[in-house]
Amino acid sequence: MKVLLAMSGGVDSSVAGALLLEEGHDVVGVTMKLWGGDSDTGCCSVSDVDDARRVAQQLGIDHLVFNFGDDFDRHVVEPYVRDHAAGVTPNPCIECNRHVKFDRLLRRADQLGFDAVATGHHARIGRTADGRLTLERGADAAKDQSYVVHMLDQDALARTLFPVGSIDKSEVRRIAAERGLRTASKPDSQDVCFITSTGGRDTFLGDRIEFRPARVVDADGEQLGAVDAVEMVTIGQRRGIGLPGGGPKRYVVDVDVDGATVTVGDEQALLDDGLSVVDVVWTDAPVAGEVLVQASAHGATLPATLTVGPTASATGDTVAVAWRTPQRRIAPGQSVVFYDPTDTRVLGGGIAVRATTVRLGPPTA
Amino acid sequence: MRERAIASMVPYFGEMYANPSGSHRFARAARQAIDEARDDVADVLGVAPGSVIFTSCGTEADNTVLAGVSGGAVCSAAEHHAVLHPIEHRGDGVVVGTDAFGRIDLDRLADACADPSVGVVSVMTVNNEVGAISDMAAVAAVVREVAPQAVLHTDAVQAPCWVDVRDIAPLVDAMSFSAHKFGGPKGVGVLTLAPGVAVDPLIVGGGQERERRSGTHNVAGIVGLATALVETDRDRDGELQRIAALRDRLVDALVGSIDGVVETVPRDHKVAGSAHVCISGVENEALLFLLDEADVCASAASACASGAMEPSHVLAAMGVDRELALGALRLTLGHTTTESDVDRAADVVVDAVGRLRRGVS
Repeated sequence: MKVLLAMSGGVDSSVAGALLLEEGHDVVGVTMKLWGGDSDTGCCSVSDVDDARRVAQQLGIDHLVFNFGDDFDRHVVEPYVRDHAAGVTPNPCIECNRHVKFDRLLRRADQLGFDAVATGHHARIGRTADGRLTLERGADAAKDQSYVVHMLDQDALARTLFPVGSIDKSEVRRIAAERGLRTASKPDSQDVCFITSTGGRDTFLGDRIEFRPARVVDADGEQLGAVDAVEMVTIGQRRGIGLPGGGPKRYVVDVDVDGATVTVGDEQALLDDGLSVVDVVWTDAPVAGEVLVQASAHGATLPATLTVGPTASATGDTVAVAWRTPQRRIAPGQSVVFYDPTDTRVLGGGIAVRATTVRLGPPTA
Repeated sequence: MRERAIASMVPYFGEMYANPSGSHRFARAARQAIDEARDDVADVLGVAPGSVIFTSCGTEADNTVLAGVSGGAVCSAAEHHAVLHPIEHRGDGVVVGTDAFGRIDLDRLADACADPSVGVVSVMTVNNEVGAISDMAAVAAVVREVAPQAVLHTDAVQAPCWVDVRDIAPLVDAMSFSAHKFGGPKGVGVLTLAPGVAVDPLIVGGGQERERRSGTHNVAGIVGLATALVETDRDRDGELQRIAALRDRLVDALVGSIDGVVETVPRDHKVAGSAHVCISGVENEALLFLLDEADVCASAASACASGAMEPSHVLAAMGVDRELALGALRLTLGHTTTESDVDRAADVVVDAVGRLRRGVS
């Protein structure tokens, strides 16, 4: 197969290239220039591009750089800023996968005559007895990235390869070291690529939106404190909300950006019976009934029942999630991914929207 | 590189390896090579030998003038980054817009020069992306009238293959060149400074180049530069006609076979070796990949440090629509280009554009 390998300059995509070559594929490496501003690895992440190019040279494959900066701004950075301004907490890495890696890059690969795009994600693509493609958790449970690539449908899965998804991270590093790849001991990237560790989220957003101070109130509306930036407050947050320590544990249970109000409550007040998920993309056919639900990159999976519809948007179905037992509220904007009851296969996923009912205090008998 | 330029350099990596700043016989031989190269270069560029300063590249030549002259700076929006970025760095620059062919707007140049603090004006002779030729006589007339105190510099890096620089030299105070643009080696350039023009050196140290540019001479590079420049000058008249005919053949083939090809600058306003076109509905990043795959090496705009193509600031200055600018293709012809080269390039581009347009869903 003719494979276009997305090379981030990290160890996983480096080893993915080595494995693809071993399997006899015709491989071309590409690094996407996404963010033109400051990053922890230089402007345009230039040191990562250098690493990717040097690994490609070591592997003996061609290396290209595609400038998808416009797409990245439009689909990742601008929505990230807009969502925060509206009190929504998005996951930019997932939006990058959705719009850039597994859309823009896939289309470019098609155009240039490639059969597939490969990445270094830790997830697996399988096939059922009747020939349907499945998206499964990576072999290394601690490094599994199926959550961040959950938006792949049958069409995308048919053109995607995850060469390191079926091996452990330690094995990835061992292969890289064995072949003398310069990325063998490079640390895993942890953070959002366009936010520097020195400036952080506050600086990035502060340069782009005008923060608004907000009141911090309890369930009865009594003011307990204040915050400088309502846009930086997330549901479930405990620290940095201007409340004195030592008292009972209090969590952010609601953020009202328009009303410049943050509502706090005890752990009980944070519990919901369920939530709505929109823009749901299914791996295969829509699924209803008993599933497991994961709502953060390395969060626990929780049992719930899905009901699909009745409405849907152009970008996907709307799904009602009913928790088996009440769970902490999911911040709007978070990706919510559905897994099969064995917690192996991705069924689909979408974006959490603001809960329609906010329970304040223990349920009344 | 030109074969003779390569051959001329080789002795200076071997038996003539001495440092020309030394005082022994071998040093004197190296020194003589530089002196002779300087005379040859001065002759072709139409300046006195004492005006020639050897640098490490065209960018250094540009930077030396733009960082080394006090007062405000004025340049065109279509300049190379080697001019634009030092002016941005100074923080006191005025960037003047261009016409649709990438030539500086003379009225706005006059407005910008009206500020009596202007110390340096920089306008390129030939644009590196689209090949547009500036009317340097008209530029000089404006600058001399409105800002007689200013140093007039031209980035002439693209010029020697296509323009007799002897015609430009009397119009300006400073010119920049780079050897690899005329078949010489990379890593060596020239700055010319007219007598009496004071420029603070960018590099100070051993005082080479009459204290205007310190650093041990790149003897082999300087010799190779001079050899290539002399040969380029000797061949220019004949090559201009031959290459212009090949360029016309190439561009005619593209325009004739592909819908939506725009010649960025009309042929009578640009150099013979430039075949810059914009192809609508095509992304040049994808096009360049397909061309490379078919062994046709082309370019689009300039690349940033990561190697990614950046949208062209030259096309933006010319008012080319951003979407059309994404389809910019820069094919360049030179002394080695043959008729079969351009025919093959045209076939490959036509085929690749067809593939890309069919593939767009």
